[in-house]
Order: sequence, then structure tokens, then C-alpha cells
Amino acid sequence: MKLKFTALAAAAVVSAAAPAMADLVFPSLSYRTGPYAAGGIPFADGYADYFTLLNERDGGIGGEMAKVIECETGYNTEKGVECYESTKGEGSLIYQPLSTGITYQLIPKVTADGIALHTMGYGRTSAKNGKVFSNVFNYPANYWDGASVAINHLLDLNDGDINGKKVALVYHNSAYGKEPIRTLEELSAKHGFELTTLAVDHPGQEQKSQWLQIRREKPDYVLMWGWGVMNQVAIQEAANIRFPMENFIGVWWSGGEHDVIPAGDGANGYKAVTFHNVGSDFPVFDDVQKYVVDAGKAAGNGDQIGTAVYNRGFYAAMLAAEAARNAQEIAGKSDITAADMLKGMESLEITEERMAELGMPNFGPSFTVTCENHGGPGLGAIQQWDAAAQEWSLISDFAPSDTEIIDALVMEDSMAFAKENNIEERCN
Amino acid sequence: MPEQLLWAAEAMMNGLMAGVLYALVALGFVLIFKASGVFNYAQGVMALFAALTLVGIMDGQVPFAHLINAVFGTEIHHFGWHVPAILAIFLTGVVMVGLAIFIERFVLRHLVNQPDIILFMATIGLAYFMEGVGDLMWGSEIKTLDVGLPQGISETIDEATYNWFGYGFFIDRLDIVATIIAALLVASLTIFSQYSKQGRALRAVADDHQAALSVGISLRFIWVLVWSIAGFVALVAGMMWGAKSGVQFSLSLIALKALPVLMLGGFTSIPGAIVGGLIIGVGEKLFEFSIGPLVGGATENWFAYVLALVFLVFRPQGLFGEKIIERV
Repeated sequence: MKLKFTALAAAAVVSAAAPAMADLVFPSLSYRTGPYAAGGIPFADGYADYFTLLNERDGGIGGEMAKVIECETGYNTEKGVECYESTKGEGSLIYQPLSTGITYQLIPKVTADGIALHTMGYGRTSAKNGKVFSNVFNYPANYWDGASVAINHLLDLNDGDINGKKVALVYHNSAYGKEPIRTLEELSAKHGFELTTLAVDHPGQEQKSQWLQIRREKPDYVLMWGWGVMNQVAIQEAANIRFPMENFIGVWWSGGEHDVIPAGDGANGYKAVTFHNVGSDFPVFDDVQKYVVDAGKAAGNGDQIGTAVYNRGFYAAMLAAEAARNAQEIAGKSDITAADMLKGMESLEITEERMAELGMPNFGPSFTVTCENHGGPGLGAIQQWDAAAQEWSLISDFAPSDTEIIDALVMEDSMAFAKENNIEERCN
Repeated sequence: MPEQLLWAAEAMMNGLMAGVLYALVALGFVLIFKASGVFNYAQGVMALFAALTLVGIMDGQVPFAHLINAVFGTEIHHFGWHVPAILAIFLTGVVMVGLAIFIERFVLRHLVNQPDIILFMATIGLAYFMEGVGDLMWGSEIKTLDVGLPQGISETIDEATYNWFGYGFFIDRLDIVATIIAALLVASLTIFSQYSKQGRALRAVADDHQAALSVGISLRFIWVLVWSIAGFVALVAGMMWGAKSGVQFSLSLIALKALPVLMLGGFTSIPGAIVGGLIIGVGEKLFEFSIGPLVGGATENWFAYVLALVFLVFRPQGLFGEKIIERV
């Protein structure tokens, strides 16, 4: 009797621990609490709502229901790793941790476990080199692309000549914030602009010194690599010193509604680089309203649709779903594994026709992923804030970054990583 | 006047203003430490909680709306009214008094005569509890706080300094208002603790719990009183900092700015919190201005602690702290 009970208990434990094979599992390492929740919540909502839409409207992906397992990281690297370890056995196909710190910890883990890591617009930039980073993807754009797209915008504003212009970079004093410095130094040497860097310590609540320096030195343009409260304070301080907002450009992580709204009218004209479109004027959002929000199945209130970071989470989910669809085609079966997913990501092709079919015309750039190039073409656009209308609008098309400089930097950094870790190049 | 000197003077002026804001946070710590010997780890979270409650009341937000909607399947978020700032500040004050009663009833009452470290640990728990309850009550998205505080450059100072020196100083109008409010707050607290019956009782409790109890002072009342005052100070600090950055979780981290101020000024002195705040504010701004560019910037956070440690070498009890001599 005792043996029978033990066997039953063991069977119950095994069945509880076993992955739900009928579902395609997409873990969401989210942060709805802590100092960065304002960005984490809309991203997680957008990510979850897209998969809910596919389940409710289409019956999943290729006949398989999508399952989102959410795990709260609080933007804490240790918790992020715990989340990874506790969810990877669930049949997880892809991780998108929305944190550069967590990304760095997960790179060796996903490589050992054979799972894909997609760090869209963050993480380790040189992971673009698929010859070295087999399991890490950062399409369609990375930090260095962001820096280059911002400088390209300044070139456009100055008829291609920014020689002698003064550009200041206000950055979060962390690995993330320091990412664009090397690229900007290279671009400074190429185009002849004078670069000043101004570090802001976490969390960034007090920035008076940095903005007094900007007021004294009067740079022509200010770029910002911020996150969390640093963004709101920087935009408020820029408004306080009356820095011309149209000359203030943030990276995409400094380009959310929650970053500009607290500064009120003072934020009018502020710009940010983006790798996806803004607003809710896309047919797919009608379906989200009908199948997700009105059905009471939205991850949040349903009032974040069309906001910059919600759209980013939605776009991340769409790219993951498209890679899964591609993987199903390659594998010839619907219940794909993590290994199949990697193949699907490595041959992903996003075309304008496909985006239109999905109800997301021009939502993001067209691009192709290959074994060698896990980062796509590095296309970015510029969005600008209209304080009266309380909305962002794209003021440029998606345009390429300076691949001449960035590809060389990617190669240098990734090869150094390969040497340190005895990684043999693949894709040969 | 040489340009560098003018810029240093501008940095110093802004340091003084920043120092007042740091002192506002430090004041809450001092009040509770003075009255009960407890280092209140939750003071920063109290500022966040107070600011969240203020915005929530002003916007007519339904508290615990997400929870109510999830449990009952309703769709309620707002009452549909907007409460004027003054009334909302008053109502938030009432909520903070309610919080003080709650803390006394459910936390402190059960820990009378326990070692200080136990009370300190209890405030750590309280901080996490309030963080969670604040999120649950009002949501964790960033909220804009508009209680009519002015922001942006002070034209008067800009023009006056330009006429005198040929360079207009930048002083934020919000910082000027914060300075005036902090001065009024300190004056009121000093008068209260020196001249009112409750203030004297408060000081008696601070000196010796047992002796104060023996002469009929109600420890419970004093604790409710002092936590209520600290709650009000947290509300003022939350309003000032929240106006700069919006009301969000990071407000709770302003406590980090108060620690070096307390180390420097002493944990038991209200004037110490003010003077300590000013020294830290001016010191960190001048250091960042003069040395920051040579070492890559972002020196303010760590330099504040270095400055406090330097002072501690010479006065371990802080500038205004009580010197305790224990003989064996």
C-alpha cells in the first residue's frame, strides 16, 4: 500500500514537473515591481497580449497554443537567473529578459542549455556576430545602431556636416549606459564633432550638476542613454535650463510616454531613436481590442495599447511568434523544441508583406536573420514627442546605421569574447 | 569675477538647495530616532507612500482598484472627481496619522523594551510591507504630481546675477520653495519640541522610556505622535521630490541621500539634519564641479559618504549628535 502511494506520488510529481508538450512556452521575465516597473509593465503587457491574441483569434501558432509563463525579476539580475532556472524545464523556447545585466548572466547558460535568447535593442551588442554567439540574437537593432542612427539624424539636420559641433552624452553610469561611448568616439573621429560624456549614478534622481555643466558648456545636441527615473529627471532638468528639446535625443529606452509626461509642456519636441513604430493606428490593435481587451483577457487595463514600450513588448512577441512559425515549417511539425526554435530564428525573414498580413504594416523594418548575422541590418528611426497631443510620431523612415564602423566594432568585441572563451567560429 | 569662480558659486548655491531637499528626508529619520531610538528603515518608503496617496486622492483614484476588479470582475478605476491640492494634502495627512496608529498598534506595541536591533528589523519589514501595499493600492505606474509648485529657472535670480556678474545663475524655483518650506518645518518642529507639553513628553521618552512611563507619559501616544509627524515630513519630502521626477518607486530610494546627512549631522539633532544636509549638498556639488570631470563624473553618491566618514573621524557622534560616555 505504502509502495503504491509512493508510486502514485512520484507519478504526480513527474507529471507536474513535465513540460506541457502541447503548448509552445514563451517565458516572460518581467518586472512589474521595483524602480524600473514603469517600463517593465507595458512591455510585459504587450508581450502577453500578443500571444493571447494568437490563442483567442487563431487558436495559437500553427495549431499549438502559446503559453506565457511570467516570472517577476524586479530588474534584479539574481532574480532573473532564478527565473530562468525555474522555467527552462517547462519546454521554454525563447527568453527575452529585458535587462542587460540578466542577459550577460544568461548568455553562457542558454548556450549550454540550447535555448534561444533574444535581446532586442539591449544586451551584449557584439552578440550580433552569430559565428560566435550561437544562441543569442539582437535583431533588428542594438545600442551601437542606436548611437549611429542618432548621429545620422544630426547629419541630416546639418546637411551632412557636423564637423565642430558639440555633442554631449548623458548616460546611466552602468554597463548599459556606457555601451554607446566607444561607437560615439569612433563616429566623433569620423565626422569631427566634439563629444562630452556625463555620467549619472543610479537611480538618477539628482542630476543638477550634469545639467549645470550642459548649461555652461552649451552643447549643440544632447544624447541620452537613460532608464527609469533618470529619464524623467533629465527631461525635466533639460526643460528647466531651457535646452532646445528638438536637440535632445534619447535612445529607445528613454523614449516612453512615462518619460516625457511628468515634464508636461516642457518635454515638447523631445526626440528618441526607435526600431519600431509608435501609436495604435494599426489594424492588429482592433483585433487586440476585440479578442483580448473586450474579452477581459488583457494582461493590464488595456489602456497601454499604442504606447511606446507596450508596442515594443508586442513587437518582441510578434518576432518570437514568427520565428516559432518558421521553426514549425522547417521542422515539419507543430510541437517544436528549443533546438527547432533556434533554427527558426536563424533563418527568420520579416518582410513588409508579412507585416501587412499581420495587421502591422510598417510597424518595424524588413530584415533577414542569418547564421552569421544575428542582429539584422540595424535600422532605426526617430520619434518626436508632441506634448499637446500627448503622442509620439515618427519623423523619419527606418534608415541604416553606419555599418562600416559598427561591424568592425562588433567583430573586434566578439572575437575577443571567442578567444577568452575558446569558442570556435561556426557557420563555415 | 573669473568665470570658474562664478560657476563654482552657482554650483555652491545649487548645492545648498539640494542640501535642503536631503535634509527634508533626513528630518523624518531624526524625529523617530530621537523619540524611540529606532532607525526607521521605512522612512524613504513612507515618502513614496505619502506621495502615492496624495496623487491618488487628487485624481480620485479608487484604492485597490486592480485587486477589486480582479476579485469581483468589475471595471472601476476612478471615482470621477478631482480633489483640490490643499484638501488632498490634508486627507493624505490623515492617512499618515492612520498609518502611524496602525504601526503603533500592530508593530511597536508588541516590541516595547526589545533591543533596538529588533525594532530596526521591524522597520525593514515595514518598508517591504508598505512598498507592496502602496503598489497594490495605487498601482506602480509613474504618476504626475501637480500641486501647483513652481518649476524651472528663477528669472529674478538669473537676471540679477547677470546684471551683477555678467553670468546668470541657474536656481530652480522648486528648490527655493523647498527651502522656504523646510525652514518653516524646522521652526515649527523646534517650537513644538521645546515649548509644547507633548514636545517635552517626546523628549522625555527619547531620554528614557522607563522613566517617562513612571511619570505617567503614555508611550503609545508619543509613538503615534512622532510617527505621525514623521509621516507628515515624509509627505512634504515626497511632494518636493515627486514634483521633480513624477511619483514612482524610485522615490523610496531618496533615503540613500539622507544616510550621509545623518552620519554627518548626528541622528538625534534637528539642526544637525539641516546643517548636515547643507554640508553634504554643497560638498558633493563642488566636488563634482571641480574634480568630477577629471575622474569621469558621477561622484556625488560616493563622495557624500566619504565626506560624512571624514567628519566621523573627528566627531563619531556626528556634528550635533549627543556624546554618549558609558563607564564600566
